[in-house]
Amino acid sequence: MEQAFFLVFAAAAVITALTMVLAPNPVHSALALMACFLQISAIFVLLAAPLLAVIQIFVYVGAIMVLFVFVIMMIDVREAVLQRFVPGGNLPALMLLGLLGVEMLALVLLSDRFSALGPAGGRTAGDIRELGTTLFADYLLPFEVASVILLVALVGAIVLARKEAG
Amino acid sequence: MVPLSWYVVLGVLLFVIGAAGVLLRRNILVVLMSLELLLNSVNINFIAFGAFHDDFRGRIFAIFVIAITAAEVAIALGILVALVRNKATLKVDEVTMMKG
Repeated sequence: MEQAFFLVFAAAAVITALTMVLAPNPVHSALALMACFLQISAIFVLLAAPLLAVIQIFVYVGAIMVLFVFVIMMIDVREAVLQRFVPGGNLPALMLLGLLGVEMLALVLLSDRFSALGPAGGRTAGDIRELGTTLFADYLLPFEVASVILLVALVGAIVLARKEAG
Repeated sequence: MVPLSWYVVLGVLLFVIGAAGVLLRRNILVVLMSLELLLNSVNINFIAFGAFHDDFRGRIFAIFVIAITAAEVAIALGILVALVRNKATLKVDEVTMMKG
């Protein structure tokens, strides 16, 4: 049962990701990527990480993709529809990608370290409490640094996108 | 029960698709979207390994990756808007302002 769900979500994620890369229109790419993120959040639920699934939907689908759609709205993307791929020889890039994919798949499938079955044990709401305690106790400094980075990004984005005052 | 290797293979597939988008597409917006896909495939691996080894650190790393991604996207789209305002192009091979 779980395997069937996983296969459905994984197939949908791969198909929507391919749509994202191959679609001529950036708007279609953005919508396909949104669908892909929803599938990935379903995968997170299968991995017994419901909090991460919710964060995935809030941050990626709710914030990041809406930002993308807003920028697409501000910018004229009609010209981009005409030529999808970088002109000239893409052979080195394609070879690199093929090599990378084959290497990673070979390493995963030939090793017996990845044959473990299923996440251990049933999880409850206390799990999230434990996650929060770990995050705010053991990882307090990285958490604060991340918040400073977000603040700097906020200020930077405003400065970058502002029209020159003169 | 789903074996761990399935999750890792899904991560590999999404990573290769995202890398193809970054390397082959001409539109800067789609390149940035592919970058999001790359980071997300890495997140799948983090959470899968964390769940299978019963360790919180996978999820905590994923949370940090998501936070940094949000910052990255805000800056990247800010730069993109400034770029389009000054140069009026969205093609990656036509942005050569920093070439000496």
